[in-house]
Amino acid sequence: METNSSALYKAPSVSGYADVPYEEKVKFFQDVQADARFPDYIYGCYECGICVAACPSARFYDFSPRRVAQAIARQDVELIYQQVQEDIWECSQCFSCLRCPRGNNPGGLITIMREVSVNKGLGAAKEALEGYSRIIYKIMSTGTQVSPDMLQPDAFPDWGPEVKDVSDNLALWRKMLPPETHHTTSTGWDVADRTLIELYLIWFETGALNMIKEVDEGLHMILEEVMEERLEEEGIEI
Amino acid sequence: MSIPMDALLKKKEKFVREPDRRSEDFHEQLFDLEAKGEIIVQRTSDDVVEVPTKYGNTKKIQRGHLWHHKSCGQCGHIPGYSTSIFWIMRKLGYDYNDPRDQTSCTAWNYYASATSNQAAQAAVALRNFAAAYETGYFPLIHCGTSFGHYKEVRSELLREKHLRDEVRRVLDKLGKPLVIPEEIVHYSEYLYAMRDEIAQKQVVNFDNIAVTVHPACHYYKLVEGDAIFDPEVYGGQRTAVVTGVAEALGAEVKNYSTWFDCCGFGFRHILVQRDFTRSFASQRKIEIMKEEANPDVVLTHDTGCVTALDKSQFAARAHDRNVGVPVMSEAQFAALAMGAHPYKVCQLHWHSTNYRPLLEKMGIDWRKAWSEFEDEMKRLERGEQEFLTWADVDA
Repeated sequence: METNSSALYKAPSVSGYADVPYEEKVKFFQDVQADARFPDYIYGCYECGICVAACPSARFYDFSPRRVAQAIARQDVELIYQQVQEDIWECSQCFSCLRCPRGNNPGGLITIMREVSVNKGLGAAKEALEGYSRIIYKIMSTGTQVSPDMLQPDAFPDWGPEVKDVSDNLALWRKMLPPETHHTTSTGWDVADRTLIELYLIWFETGALNMIKEVDEGLHMILEEVMEERLEEEGIEI
Repeated sequence: MSIPMDALLKKKEKFVREPDRRSEDFHEQLFDLEAKGEIIVQRTSDDVVEVPTKYGNTKKIQRGHLWHHKSCGQCGHIPGYSTSIFWIMRKLGYDYNDPRDQTSCTAWNYYASATSNQAAQAAVALRNFAAAYETGYFPLIHCGTSFGHYKEVRSELLREKHLRDEVRRVLDKLGKPLVIPEEIVHYSEYLYAMRDEIAQKQVVNFDNIAVTVHPACHYYKLVEGDAIFDPEVYGGQRTAVVTGVAEALGAEVKNYSTWFDCCGFGFRHILVQRDFTRSFASQRKIEIMKEEANPDVVLTHDTGCVTALDKSQFAARAHDRNVGVPVMSEAQFAALAMGAHPYKVCQLHWHSTNYRPLLEKMGIDWRKAWSEFEDEMKRLERGEQEFLTWADVDA
């Protein structure tokens, strides 16, 4: 098997992920490179480390936006594939790294790398999104990402006793909100039916729904069923 | 050794914009595409306030007739945030539209999980913009992430014809036009632009209140040129929103060294890997603020930042860390200054860190206010009324 030589690359057996043929790693990088945003996200690297100094994840993980930008700039496909296994999921996506004097966007590169990982159904992506299915279901099916009824003490034990207060009094406290759109408990606000239909069409038409299939087949099945049924009721064929 | 912030700021106090450093203005591309018939530009009305952005371009902030693009995190978990924004507009006498024909920007999920793509994100944004355009109201974006993401989407759409074509194909199926507003405006820009009108309606004195400000990353780091920077605030070296409002209300804005750091929200982390969020929010933000500034309250202007900074303090306190500062949006802070009810409007009972000492320092009787809130709840429980209304709030 052909391999690239990379000073920072650790053998998969050391890093703890299943290796794939070199060609697959090349293809992964090519898919990242093919994204329309890619040319605007990397211009080279001064190796100044400003992005690392600004990065919250670098303080708490073995993570460096500079390493990501450099691997991409050098087209080091072995190292990129290694970074995809863990590093990219440690990024906070705060975009503090946009402070780069060279105009690079390491956070943006990571967004693309994550997206390609999801599209390819990589094990690392599935692992990173474990426990996250409920959120994906919520945003794609209801049009709002977090809802008041998510505030349950067993889900947020570290947020203090006030979470239980909210949970215990939820229905009444939502009625105590003057904006008429806010009286909901299972969505952030009251989203119109027609609006949801339009959102579902967007997920189908842009391929976003299909992406879910690669990381969580069961969730995809549920989402597809919910959306198709609703669209059919409206007489819309996909 | 701590960072000599005052000395650094003093060096910059004679900041003057250099005309040749002015960045390219996206409006030229926007109006060019409009002239070619590719897009519709939703124009602001004539009733605007002009504010300066980072590289000197002017931004127009429309005063009234606004379409509120709500935030799922605010409405869902910090409902006093959005309620305060609405209440302030009502008190200032400007009309607005609180639409049901609005989805989230879905960017929290996108930055967390990447289970979407460029075209889908752009289509979601433009569906919302089209919905606003159809009503005739001008969009006002509540969430910092929605604001930053929509600015990114606009840049991509202006640059990439294939993306415009793809989004147009999708919008055609929805029967919606491709509309981009003349300005993408965050609510904190609105409050900044309206700060003098807000201060004129102030009824609670904040002269004895010390605040620290956490500027939200997605507000000013994403598409940095389109964020308000005012030479009169921090010498133009940091975004002027939030701080400008706090200063207009007479509060003392105190400095701390980690102002550029994010809050630790992390998008994915806050939901499924919260040890990172808790550690970062408490150790790099709240503890540093306490040590260097000891504020009465932390003000910020985004959904995620209020959540991460407020909720992370409970666990840190259990470990005897130096935390314990209430956190709220400057919208809630401004509303309190204007006499808003701390529970009926600001809904502070949804927050975790103890805010009662702050209210006491402001001279607001929280016990009486909570009792009034309980009376209203009893009315609802007795079936006398289904919901609390705006009329009840101002009664």
